[in-house]
Amino acid sequence: MLGKLSWQAVPWDQPIPLIAGAVVLLIVVAIMAWVILKGHLPYLWREWITSVDHKRIGVMYSLLGLVMLLRGFIDAIMMRSQQAVAFNAPGYLPPEHYDQIFTAHGTIMIFFGAMPLIIGMMNFVVPLQLGVRDVAFPTLNATSFWLTATGALLVNLSLVIGEFARTGWLPYPPLSELPYSPGVGVDYYIWALQISGVGTLMTGINFVTTILKIRAPGMNYLRMPIFCWTALAANLLIVAAFPVLTATLAMLALDRNLGFHFFTNTGGGNMMMFVNLIWAWGHPEVYILALPSFGVFSEIIPTFSGKPLFGYRSMVMATMFICLVSFTVWLHHFFTMGAGPDVNAMFGIATSIIAVGTGVKIYNWMFTMYGGRIRYTVPMLWSVAFIVTFTIGGMTGVLLAVPPADFELHNSMFLVAHFHNVIIGSVLFAAFGGITYWFPKAFGFRLHEGWGKAAFWLFLIGFYATFMPMYVLGLLGMTRRLQQYDVAAWHPWVLLAGVGILITIASAVCLVMQVVAAIRHRDELRDETGDPWDGRSLEWSTASPPPAFNFAVLPDVQGGQPYWDIKQRAIETQQLAAEPDYQPIEMPRNSPTGFITAFFSSFTGFALIWHIWWLVGLGLIAAYATFVWFAWRDVEEYVVPAEEVARIDRERRHAREQWLQQHARVEEPA
Amino acid sequence: MSASQAVPAAHPRDMDPYTLGHAHDTSGHGGGHGLATGHGGGGPASKRVIVGYGFWIFLLSDIVMFSAFFAAHAVLQTATSGGPAGRDVFHLNHVAFETAFLLLSSFACGLSAVATEARSQLWTQVCLLVTGLLGAAFLLMEAQEFHSMVLQGDGPSRSAFLSSFFALVGLHGLHVTAGLLWLGTMMAQVYVKGFRPNIMRRLVCFNLFWHALDIIWVALFTLVYLVGEVR
Repeated sequence: MLGKLSWQAVPWDQPIPLIAGAVVLLIVVAIMAWVILKGHLPYLWREWITSVDHKRIGVMYSLLGLVMLLRGFIDAIMMRSQQAVAFNAPGYLPPEHYDQIFTAHGTIMIFFGAMPLIIGMMNFVVPLQLGVRDVAFPTLNATSFWLTATGALLVNLSLVIGEFARTGWLPYPPLSELPYSPGVGVDYYIWALQISGVGTLMTGINFVTTILKIRAPGMNYLRMPIFCWTALAANLLIVAAFPVLTATLAMLALDRNLGFHFFTNTGGGNMMMFVNLIWAWGHPEVYILALPSFGVFSEIIPTFSGKPLFGYRSMVMATMFICLVSFTVWLHHFFTMGAGPDVNAMFGIATSIIAVGTGVKIYNWMFTMYGGRIRYTVPMLWSVAFIVTFTIGGMTGVLLAVPPADFELHNSMFLVAHFHNVIIGSVLFAAFGGITYWFPKAFGFRLHEGWGKAAFWLFLIGFYATFMPMYVLGLLGMTRRLQQYDVAAWHPWVLLAGVGILITIASAVCLVMQVVAAIRHRDELRDETGDPWDGRSLEWSTASPPPAFNFAVLPDVQGGQPYWDIKQRAIETQQLAAEPDYQPIEMPRNSPTGFITAFFSSFTGFALIWHIWWLVGLGLIAAYATFVWFAWRDVEEYVVPAEEVARIDRERRHAREQWLQQHARVEEPA
Repeated sequence: MSASQAVPAAHPRDMDPYTLGHAHDTSGHGGGHGLATGHGGGGPASKRVIVGYGFWIFLLSDIVMFSAFFAAHAVLQTATSGGPAGRDVFHLNHVAFETAFLLLSSFACGLSAVATEARSQLWTQVCLLVTGLLGAAFLLMEAQEFHSMVLQGDGPSRSAFLSSFFALVGLHGLHVTAGLLWLGTMMAQVYVKGFRPNIMRRLVCFNLFWHALDIIWVALFTLVYLVGEVR
């Protein structure tokens, strides 16, 4: 009846996951009780759960990403503290638990921390920057989000029901095959990623279509903001790479569940094929995360330097160059496979060449700042820190691209330091900077500057204190994923990394306080005009928060910085453009399809993990029924009447007019 | 300030040295306001274009997934592990009939598009029904092939070659199955709701899907069955 599931699946003898699970459960129950008792459930259902608005979905993605970031961070704290005390001692985490922690840390940080943060920003920003009202397929967009949430749910469920994989964040066979991982850990990994991977793939399809087919009039390709270009590149990579992940994990699932021999030791299986396939997805994945991050910095730096982006076209070319070349470097993840010097040399050279594209970008950002009136706000601080940090990480990456050096450093702490250096330096800095930058657009008030700066400096110091010692440890010969060790020379450096994580904890507290203080002082931090940073692209031309339809009238784009041009003309002529002729607007109706699909996928995924076959069948039938039911609806859109559009837009115009009058007093007449 | 108001084309701002390298001209690169196909500056494309384009992107991603299975099969085609090779288990006559059914099904699907274009409820339904029946016949023959192989002890767990064979061909079979379910709902939608714009868009997508499965089968027939016969 319940497959492999029984009471023994709950780790009664392990206090850490049990207590952690209980605390999470308590928090979830408390929040749900509060929502229901306060009567917020209808609001939540109407405005968020069934919402197909790209802005709402973007906010939910970001929230999911931040919560999962916290979960992954707790894993990191446990790993650092374990290694700090495990010198000539067993420490407090037994090996089988420690292995689950580093696996969960990597899996959660990449798939459920970084990806939702990046996709969340793309969701929120891209349609606004393109000057349009929504993405190509709004309901599909909601479904993408809820399927990602399903994956996150399954991974976290493994904490208290069963176990998680002990294989590392990429489950290399033969370790991940049934004889060596007989538990449900790898199955949790497979099905959580398969379900959320479908969501990510649909996001990719949705955004490629949106960016290529839905832009404001006049917004031709070379007028798109760089963030949209990088989003296009990232989503092209998603469309081309994620199906490979799906296929690879499907093969592993067939091996484990139906006795296939894709990657097994026996029957002619080929385990290096798994490594090749997974990295054919895995390396593009790095750029799926990094490219939109570059895009975020390409928006922040011009705004706070008071200048347009330097070398726009070279930025576009570098982005598309990286997009293409990212598919030709995957073998550098396993030079030690023994493919021979010619193959290794080819991939080593390709890996070094990809750094050229990034180098172009680094110089463009520096030249954008050169001669500008720089305002060191919180987003700008993250951006400047990114330039320095990413350059260091990039250089150690070029070092690792040299096959002979890689043979020495492969699987060492040097590698761990390198990829944290580039991924935290780009993705996390971009997420923190980008969220601070676009937060007022989403909620109508800015984040707290003081707490934000404190968080930034503590994070920067904590980051360097944690990861720079790891470069040294790698050169001293320490391999990654050690549960305990007995080399005295490593100990002080490991302790230093432990101190680093303590500083990072302080930073995390400040990050939370940044939001708390902002909510408390929201009236002082209010963004009245919709343009709190003196921005340049179209998202700043609408109100904060924008109305559901984003723009009362689609903007008519005339140049590379459409909003900047509109603003300068308003200042020159001391008046707003004439009021447009407001028309009724058609908007997509809300739909619970995404939520219902994810609801059934959660059960299907759980049933697949525990071999509850009747529930698998039931889930699939329910999914088909949902599909038919959704296809059957007759009214897909609702209409916002012209008077309503006019009323909302006149409020915005009123705020702008006041701003213009204040601005006129400051500005010296030419 | 309204975003909708046009800026005069030649603006003194163009002299700004900082904006060098930024596209200001309205000529080239799809600028201007001609056809609203979404290629350049024409504004959002029509819903028909958006849906068709998105579905093409989906098909490309699906083909990428197939290509991973094709690659795996290419690697494992000779890894028979002492078991049978392709020429020992394939019956080309059987596969030829399968292929014929699937190609004819695609042809019927194409005819249904013609009937839809002519807004003929009857012929659309007939053609879709024939499409479905031929597709079902294809599936039945594939199931027969799988069944007899497993009975002989040549199932997917016999060798890596057979694993990759069953996975690749089975994945195509799963797509055909999903297509048949979709086909059923499409017939019902056309019957109940008629040729509404959104139904028409879905029919286009279904046609694309069905033909794409055909293309994949052609590659599969060649690379799995024909090449497998000689390796």
